Amino acid sequence: MYQVRLWSTRHARGLETLYQLFERSLIALDPFWRRIGYQRLERPVAVAERALKGVLFDCQMCGQCALSDTGMSCPMNCPKTMRNGPCGGVRADGSCEVKPSMRCVWVEAWDGSQRMRRGRESIRAVRPAVDRRLAGTSSWLRVAREKAARPA
Amino acid sequence: MMFSDEPAPGDPLPILPGHSSPGRFERVLRAGAFAVTAELSPPDSADPEEVYARARVFDGRVDAINATDGSGANCHMSSVAVCALLTRIGYSPVLQISCRDRNRIAIQGDILGAAAMGVANLLCLTGDGVQAGDHPQAKPVFDLDCLSLMEIARRLRDEGRFESGRALTDRPKMFLGAAENPFAPPYDWRPLRLAKKIAAGAQFIQTQYCFDVPLLRQFMTRVDDLGLVDRVFILVGVGPLPSARTAEWLRRHVAGVHIPDAVVERLAGAAKPKAEGRKLCIELIQEIREIKGVSGVHVMAYRQEEAVAEVIDASGVLNGRIPWYPERHKSLLQEKVAP
Repeated sequence: MYQVRLWSTRHARGLETLYQLFERSLIALDPFWRRIGYQRLERPVAVAERALKGVLFDCQMCGQCALSDTGMSCPMNCPKTMRNGPCGGVRADGSCEVKPSMRCVWVEAWDGSQRMRRGRESIRAVRPAVDRRLAGTSSWLRVAREKAARPA
Repeated sequence: MMFSDEPAPGDPLPILPGHSSPGRFERVLRAGAFAVTAELSPPDSADPEEVYARARVFDGRVDAINATDGSGANCHMSSVAVCALLTRIGYSPVLQISCRDRNRIAIQGDILGAAAMGVANLLCLTGDGVQAGDHPQAKPVFDLDCLSLMEIARRLRDEGRFESGRALTDRPKMFLGAAENPFAPPYDWRPLRLAKKIAAGAQFIQTQYCFDVPLLRQFMTRVDDLGLVDRVFILVGVGPLPSARTAEWLRRHVAGVHIPDAVVERLAGAAKPKAEGRKLCIELIQEIREIKGVSGVHVMAYRQEEAVAEVIDASGVLNGRIPWYPERHKSLLQEKVAP
């Protein structure tokens, strides 16, 4: 799926728009999700999320999706799982120090972010350490639950 | 040099207003001096004397000594231990922490422990991948990255809390640093990444080897445009190359080292390549010190540590200043006592 992943960063702007619409509907449907029960939804939604984002981004299901802030390039594909930008080992041709056959995830992220509207700026923000407890859980549901609870 | 409030070697200096640490490295930088740091490679040994011998070669030339943390993913004595040994006799070490080998529980413990042993400077690194070193079969940890590590270190110091939020009874008073590599892609982003490191808490920066001054100038111009030069002390990495073969090997095998062809050709054409490498290093230091926003140089002279004194002396960057070292401290005290 490596080629699809590269396609996704090239189309970061379209994906950003698409995701914003999707996120808005997710949040709007919060009362509906609550009626079914977020816990009951967790498993099937996580499976769907893994399948879709797996194809598009080689998503590793960290459970705290950062794609909108990383130029639609999944930082968990970095062999050092860096969440804040490239290490100093990027090769002159833009390939990864650890896996030379792969383009640096963050070189891709930078390209992708420059095509985006909000993502262009949000890539500059410092991202906190990963909460490893969330691995395997659905980011979509978390976003819906948290953003619906917080008045916009 | 000695400060007017110079303590007994091994004791912390008083922390001045606006300073974060009780260390002499921060004092030198904030006083506006052009600072020199050098890299010490920890020995493959349990003998403290080997550490002291490696530090002594820098005496009188450096303001701080970086103890690497499994550099190149090779196993050596730990950075925490080397730093603790060095502080015992008054040296000013920079503790390097890489995210490759330890998770956040171990790292936060090390920061507290190092501060307790008098270590006043911390360099936050992500670290090389394990594939680069002598234990490629090891598990790469990377629980944190250099920036989340920086945030956690700053939180320990400024808020007195672990990442978990649990309170400390005493804070690690450390001067915080990060690395940067202006010589690796994505070049456009490197200055913004520096801004990110400053936002996370970086007070000083030590860069990867610089062999390409025009590229460094380009980077520093952007850094200046972003208004960052007054917010951080930047020490540019330099080092003597012993031969064209080593240069070729470095740029091929060591991630992130960029050496222009002209440099390799100059060494290849020299009658005495080792002397030529040192001459080149001196010229680089002299060019680099003129660039706006550069506060010092960080000398990495792996397996050529004895060259550091020669290169620093010849470059004239210390301007007659003699950085503190244990023997000089003793002799200055004797001068004071003598009638």
